[in-house]
Formats: sequence, C-alpha cells, structure tokens
Amino acid sequence: MSEVLVVVEATKEFGVKKVTLEMLTLARELGTPSAVVLGGAGAAEALSAKLGEYGAEKIYAAEGEEIDGYLVAPKATVLAELVGRVQPAAVLLASSQEGKEIAARLAVKLENGILTDVVGLAADGTATQVAFAGSTIVKSKVTKGLPLVTVRPNSLNPAPAAATPAVEQLTVSVSDADKLAKVVERVAEQKGSRPELTEASVVVSGGRGVGNADNFKLVEELADLLGGAVGASRAAVDSGFYPHQFQVGQTGKTVSPQLYVALGISGAIQHRAGMQTSKTIVAVNKDAEAPIFELADFGVVGDLFKVVPQAAEEIRKRK
Amino acid sequence: MNIVVLVKQVPDSGADRNLRPDDNTVDRGSANNVINEMDEYAIEEALKIKEAHGGEVTILTMGPDRATESIRKALSMGPDKAVHVVDDALHGSCAVTTSKVLAAALGQLNADLVICGAESTDGRVQVMPHMIAERLGVAALTGARKLTVDGGTLTVERQTEEGYEVVTASTPAVVSVWDTINEPRYPSFKGIMAAKKKPVQTLSLGDLGVAPSEVGFDGATSAVLEHTKRPPRSGGAKITDEGEGGVKLVEFLATEKFV
Repeated sequence: MSEVLVVVEATKEFGVKKVTLEMLTLARELGTPSAVVLGGAGAAEALSAKLGEYGAEKIYAAEGEEIDGYLVAPKATVLAELVGRVQPAAVLLASSQEGKEIAARLAVKLENGILTDVVGLAADGTATQVAFAGSTIVKSKVTKGLPLVTVRPNSLNPAPAAATPAVEQLTVSVSDADKLAKVVERVAEQKGSRPELTEASVVVSGGRGVGNADNFKLVEELADLLGGAVGASRAAVDSGFYPHQFQVGQTGKTVSPQLYVALGISGAIQHRAGMQTSKTIVAVNKDAEAPIFELADFGVVGDLFKVVPQAAEEIRKRK
Repeated sequence: MNIVVLVKQVPDSGADRNLRPDDNTVDRGSANNVINEMDEYAIEEALKIKEAHGGEVTILTMGPDRATESIRKALSMGPDKAVHVVDDALHGSCAVTTSKVLAAALGQLNADLVICGAESTDGRVQVMPHMIAERLGVAALTGARKLTVDGGTLTVERQTEEGYEVVTASTPAVVSVWDTINEPRYPSFKGIMAAKKKPVQTLSLGDLGVAPSEVGFDGATSAVLEHTKRPPRSGGAKITDEGEGGVKLVEFLATEKFV
C-alpha cells in the first residue's frame, strides 16, 4: 500500500495534538501512514512514541532553526521534496492556520488541488467538507494531483493501532527565498492546562451576559469541572472580557465538540457560525427569546450567576 | 509606500448562503453581496500606513461585474484607486488558479506591500496570502493582529493558538490581518461621493497574459461533486429556572454522559 503523509501538529506543552491522531487514524484507511515532523531540534524523538501508538509506520523528520525559525515556507519546501520522492497516496495536514498555510504553498509548488476543512476522506479521494458555517455539506475531489487535504479537528474518533516507526531524518535544503519571514519571538499566552479550543471535546463559552472579565472565572470553573476548553463570543471579546484567541464564531475559531455550553450568549449568526456543528448544545440565558435556544438541546432561561454556581456545585457532588 | 489591498466580494454571512444547483459554485445571484468583512480591516490598516508614511493605496478585486459595488464601497473608505480583474472565463476558478491570476495582476502593480484579510467569510480557506507570496517569491506575514512599518522593515504580531509570534520581513511582502488589528472607519459622505470619481481599471485575462484554459472550470485543480443542505438544528427542552435550573442542567448532562 502507498504511503499517506500526515503532517504532525504538536505543541511543546501537550505534545502531539489530537487532530494528528485523527489524521493517522484516517490515513490507515487510505494506505500506510507516515508521520512528517517539521519542527525544532529533537521534535521527532519526543513525539515518536505517541505517533507509533496511532499507527505511524515511519516518521520523516526535518528539524532545527532552518525549519522552525521562519514562517511555514521552509516546511512547505521540505514537504514538496518529500512528496516528489515518495509519491504518497495522499497528504493530510491539520485545518489550522499553519496547516492550511503549508498546504497552500505546497499546492502552488506542485500545481496541485487543495481541499480544506475536510471532515471525511474516502479511499477514492472524495472528501466531505462543511461549508457556510456548517449549513452545507459538500462532496469534493482534487482533480489535479494527489489528494492534498486539511482535516478539521474533531472530525473522527482517533483509534490506536500500535506500530514501531523508524525515524528518517530528512536533509534540509531550504533556499533564501524560504527565509524571508523570520520568527523572532514566540510568546505563550494560554494559561493553565485546559485542552486547546478547537480540539476540546467540551467547550464552555461566555458571552456579553457574563458582564466583565472577572466573571469569566465562572465560565472557567465550569469548563474545568467538565474537562473542557473556554471560549468566548465576539461580544465578550470586543468588550475585553476574554482574549481574542478564544473567540468562537464567524471571525474566530470554529469548534465542533461533543458538548458546547453557551453562557450568556444570545446566539447571533456570527457566533452560531463557529459552533453549530457541535454534537450537543446547552445554553443558559436570561432572555427566553434568545436565538441560542433554537439550537440548544437543553436550555435554561435564568440568571447565569445563579444557575452556573449551582450546576458547578451539583457536578462536584456527583464526582 | 505603494500598498495594494485585496478585496473580495462575498455573500452576506448574516443571511442564508447557498451553492448553485447547476454548477456547484457560490450562489452570488440571489445573495446580498458585501465586502468580505475582514478586508475592511485590511483597508483600514493600509490607510493608516499611508497616513503615517505616505504613498498610495490601490484596491485589487477579482470577481464578476457586480463586484464593482464592493469596489466603490472600498474606495469610499479612502483608497486612491482600484483594479478589477474581470473575465467570464474566471467563473469556477479554484484557489490555486485564483492565486495565479491575482499574482499576475500584482506583478503589474509593483506593490511594496500587499494587505488582505486573514480569510474570507465564504470559503474560510485562508490560503490566498501564502499562495500569492509563493508565486511572487516574497515574504508572507499572516494572521497579524498588529503591524509595524519601519522603513522597509515589517514586523507583525501573528496570532497563534498558544499566544502570538513576532515575525519580521522586508518589503515587498504580503500581510494578512485579523479583525483585532484595528477599528475600520466608516465611509464619510464626502468619501462616498469621491469614490464615484476614483479610477477603476479593469483587466481581462488577456491583459494579464493568462490563458482562459488555465482558469475557470477548465483550469480548476479541484471540483465540487455534490452538495446538500444540512437540516437546521431544532431546539430541545427549554426550562425556566425556578431555583433548580443548575441541578436540572447537570441532570441533563448526566443523561448524556458528560458528568
């Protein structure tokens, strides 16, 4: 069976991201998964056990300052060389900002089609995508080149399948043209050990109704009790209650968790666009007419400052 | 500084949006078409740089005839002129071929700086800035929440999932911006009147030296096979809190195995 290249997404703090495990699981249906680690020195070594656990038969690694010290262009160059050499059956990347950007450059280098926000990929290359904020399901195909797709987090359940991958270090030959955008500093702003927003199976979000930044502690407390990530509506972010990277909606992150909890969020289209493909939605809002209730599987009309602390207490009792 | 801002006309994301049943492209005919929201932030950023450093701001749009409405709207914010790439053969183009056309147009405009929105609200694909930069052989600084211009040196704070990165490059470069970067101005009445007289140059594929077979459905590198509307979600139980709302909520979560 042909190799399927899976470009690994990982963070220093949490290691291999869940979307990578989803991609490895998907790749096993299409061929033999090979993980591609493009990162800082020693990245592949640190990640190999986890990648093997989910079926990576091989790991290609390109590491170091040449790769990691610049914005995506060197990664695309290395990947293009690898694709040319191994002629994979497909190339999978995460549908994150960086994943899409690497894929974009690869597509131009190879004059190859690209499909983003893919939630399913059949053996014949037919991809399923969600469009227009989850309101439309699209079947599509790359018609020029190999299937080059970016996979949306939380598209499938990652399943382990043990393998013992060998690591092959790639020779890095990036040109000056790939080094035009230099990363001079990386600053971590995310606090605590909560799961990453787009990958979390539970997301608890607060909106304008939360009232102020301090009150977001309530949202965080419920998120922590449910093992979830914290999100915020655009209204809450614009009011300065919570940082922008946690914004869920048309101009923020798209999330698709098992459970989405909306607290003090009216449910404007802007917000719904980022969360309406969530499996189960619950909402607390004092306005009985709020559009969020049209989506909610369970809604509580009431004061979130009463309902949420009581819910938190009840969860603690049951634990 | 010679700045070009990429502007895309999209169907209003606040209304019902569809793909066409006949050729699977975005239905622009029945939709209320507007400037892609993120592009307004790109225009604002360009105008601020011009105000601080001098130069000229040009709007570049690829789209059908009706995109003229969005071009005039963009010009009413303050840019100097616009270039509209319009050609019937472009209908059905994919992202890869679109980037080829935009890069060809940019090749004629001698931009020091190309600014665009981080993504469009219709496709949300986020690939265009890097595709264009790859074709032009220039730097791409994408996902900026802050942009600083110091002579020919650009520095951006790039929003990431963990926080942000500080990334620098020299001009010429492509920069894409998120909506956290500024607060776009509203067009003034004077601006709206002035926009009607600003030059809008139209370019065809022939003007750009791109063959019709390289674009549109013929040149597309991917195809939509079919599309279906997902049935709208229907709301479930809704209770009014009478002192037990929190407990009832947890009971629901427990039946769904979340607690």
